[in-house]
Amino acid sequence: MPPHDHHDHDHHHEGMSPSGHPYRPDQDAPLSYFQRMEIAVRELLVEKGVTSEAEIAEQVAAMDARSPALGAAVVARAWTDPEFKARLLADGSAACAEMGVPVEAMKLIVVENTPETHNVVVCTLCSCYPRNLLGLPPDWYKQRAYRSRTVIEPRKVLAEFGLTLPEGTDVQVHDSTADMRYLVLPMRPAGTEDMDEAALAALVGRDAMIGVAVPTA
Amino acid sequence: MPYQVGEAVRLLPLAPPGHVRTPWYLRGKIGVIERDLGETGDPEALAYGRTDAPPRRLYRVRFSMDAIWGAAAERPEDRLDAEIFDNWLEPADAPA
Repeated sequence: MPPHDHHDHDHHHEGMSPSGHPYRPDQDAPLSYFQRMEIAVRELLVEKGVTSEAEIAEQVAAMDARSPALGAAVVARAWTDPEFKARLLADGSAACAEMGVPVEAMKLIVVENTPETHNVVVCTLCSCYPRNLLGLPPDWYKQRAYRSRTVIEPRKVLAEFGLTLPEGTDVQVHDSTADMRYLVLPMRPAGTEDMDEAALAALVGRDAMIGVAVPTA
Repeated sequence: MPYQVGEAVRLLPLAPPGHVRTPWYLRGKIGVIERDLGETGDPEALAYGRTDAPPRRLYRVRFSMDAIWGAAAERPEDRLDAEIFDNWLEPADAPA
């Protein structure tokens, strides 16, 4: 029964809020070892004046402010400006810096989708992700299933995301094992010839820049 | 001497303790140098606070899915690139 469909009041509401949603359990479990460690180190750093609560809050806010819109703007620029695209493929960090998105020098590798090759990014060791361009990674990107399966059966994984590649398109997986960060430059969808950069950017979602989807007009 | 782009390399089939960034599934496999990423900090030393360790050269190595998974490959001609530090590489024609 859908949560709001509660016209029949004979049944029990145990475990449900008055609006019909299940209560989420309070997080009353004790802190884990690493949670305690994080709090202890943070408090020590603040006590010693190495950083401050305000500085930490500012960093959290800066992290939250990053979103896939930054990456989408870069992609739309590459679709409309061939010279920018050439610079982006040659040195992703420098080209993004031009657009006011700082990525550490030489760290960003932009991989271009073509009719022959479809690129998809994974980090099997942890969850390396181009946060400067895409914000925080989605939960699935960090899960063991995505991390282990994408290098073994990428086509099956892509199909589960709803992406079935044409016969003859090779899959190129990028395992982000060290210092580099990856951005997939998707193909510009057909029928977008009249769109400006802002309209194009609106077509580019996070998943397309990881390589588990392709943008459509 | 640094490896050249296109050169065939084998990843060493080692299993050292500690912090390493060479995925298990690629150890012992043969690929080709896709690009030279230059020298960078050595994560195997930095993980233990050894900031005075010499830098390592980092490469992107390209493998065919066939080279990694053999008969179990989903599609043998699909490819995978990974970043590998030079201390994990040897020329593919070195005696195994």
